[in-house]
Amino acid sequence: MTGNLVEVRGLQVDFLTAKGLFTAVKGVDFDIGHGEVMGLAGESGSGKSTIAFSLMRLHRPPALISKGSIIIDGEDVLAMPMHKLTKWRWSKVSMVFQSAMNSLNPVLTVFEQFRDVIVRHTGGTRDQARARAEELLELVGIPVHRLDDYPHQLSGGMRQRIVLAMSLALDPKLIVMDEPTTALDVVVQREILQEIMALKQRFGFSILFITHDLALMGQFADRIAVMLEGSLVEVAPAAEIVSNPQHAYTRRLWSSMPILSRSRVA
Amino acid sequence: MTDIQDAPDLLQLDGVTKIFHLRPMFGRAREVAALRDVNLTIKAGRALAIVGESGSGKSTLGRAVIRLFQLSGGAVRFKGRDIATFHTRQEKLAYLRSVQMVFQDPFAALNPAHTIRHHLQRPLQLHRGLSGEALDKAVRQVLADVEMDAEICIDKYPHELSGGQRQRINLARAIAVGAELVVADEPTSMLDVSIRRSVLDLMRRMKNERAISFLYITHDIATAQYLADDVAIMFGGRVVEWGPPLAIIENPQHPYTRLLLDAVPDPSIRLCGQDGKAFAARADAVREATRGELLDAVEVSPGHFVRQNI
Repeated sequence: MTGNLVEVRGLQVDFLTAKGLFTAVKGVDFDIGHGEVMGLAGESGSGKSTIAFSLMRLHRPPALISKGSIIIDGEDVLAMPMHKLTKWRWSKVSMVFQSAMNSLNPVLTVFEQFRDVIVRHTGGTRDQARARAEELLELVGIPVHRLDDYPHQLSGGMRQRIVLAMSLALDPKLIVMDEPTTALDVVVQREILQEIMALKQRFGFSILFITHDLALMGQFADRIAVMLEGSLVEVAPAAEIVSNPQHAYTRRLWSSMPILSRSRVA
Repeated sequence: MTDIQDAPDLLQLDGVTKIFHLRPMFGRAREVAALRDVNLTIKAGRALAIVGESGSGKSTLGRAVIRLFQLSGGAVRFKGRDIATFHTRQEKLAYLRSVQMVFQDPFAALNPAHTIRHHLQRPLQLHRGLSGEALDKAVRQVLADVEMDAEICIDKYPHELSGGQRQRINLARAIAVGAELVVADEPTSMLDVSIRRSVLDLMRRMKNERAISFLYITHDIATAQYLADDVAIMFGGRVVEWGPPLAIIENPQHPYTRLLLDAVPDPSIRLCGQDGKAFAARADAVREATRGELLDAVEVSPGHFVRQNI
């Protein structure tokens, strides 16, 4: 495979507010290669989630994309007609949101939510959806009988795994992960990240990984883009951002969180 | 459990046990042991961090300390006196004044209908009986103590402040009444990463300059190391390992502590997809083993104790 999976050029996203136009994303360029993990870091309000939503055209008014282009797997996302877009979402690009509790419907069983995704996109039968859902649950290491549970019967880590399994349902080429592990404790966070890495190796999708935890990003991403007030201030391989950050803001972001100091040799 | 032996004990937890009886609308009633035989000490002017996963009982411990419920067993002693024996209004008020809580969610802890001035006047009126000019002066003083500009924020409402500023107001309330111990339940976990450290720094200064003790509840062992003089690792309602932060981080004894430390993001170790299930399998094994009975505490190095699995 040659070229990049995602090519974003001059992306500008504006919000129409009572006080006039607010530009949340100010002309951003970036690429994501095939099978690459791209990290997007920055503080709250820097526009990283806005970028994530824009990639799938999930942004809603008052947000609007005013400039730029988004090409994913050779297709111009911004030019796609609505009926094509609905098919395209989830089958090419899927998303894992920060709060798994909020992205699962509390009054439907887990299986009903899998069925919704699978039947709507593939037009298969309920039994086919069941088989696929069981296969996906096994991938993320959850007993198959939990499919008939409601979201509140599952722990936070399990819910996040289910949302992850759901995002894999249609073999997407890109998964956008918006702070997928922020609400979890470190042990569960590691369990899920290891699982994502193993799945990535097996299926070869790319990931746009959004978090404010630079240490975590350094472990996980291939390249990291640091965002400040709607612009990318630094884009570099993860090792560079970790060992030799160039931009003053990147250095400030590093120093803003205490890092565990171990004098022992790991 | 500290290296400074001369500081007096401020708070002692003595065999603290709490069992919740759950009677759900559907299904059978059952018991959950949220705390099982917890023994810890906080010395005056020091910070003890409680580190554990969700559901390990660390928040229950904080709530037990501020007397939000009755214990099922054991005692919490404040300056040597069992807090369950505080019966008169005066005794209860004095205890509530000395021990203040700061909650995880800075957005929910302040009343959206009142200004910052009101939030800080109330504790000063109720606990210190101030009024008039003295009250106004005291409000400005506590705002200055938490590095907030009184001119700008005193007449603002909570929604006009950022999460970090709101958490400062919550800490200001604790300072206002002259708290000796602050129970801080994940005070930074809902804050943006760029301001986390400044709130931790404020807590550290409160500890160092005013000798306010902290019971700092967190799941992030890195911030525990940053703030605390002692760390206690909790799992399943019990403390499995406790001692000075560096001793625990350099020489973790309990398998759960090791698991926790290995899971802390470390940018120098790259994750690879080879052993996707291996870490999860190890985590499950450790959790399963730690649920059983524990051995008695053993001192590994001075002040560093561990209760191993059987």
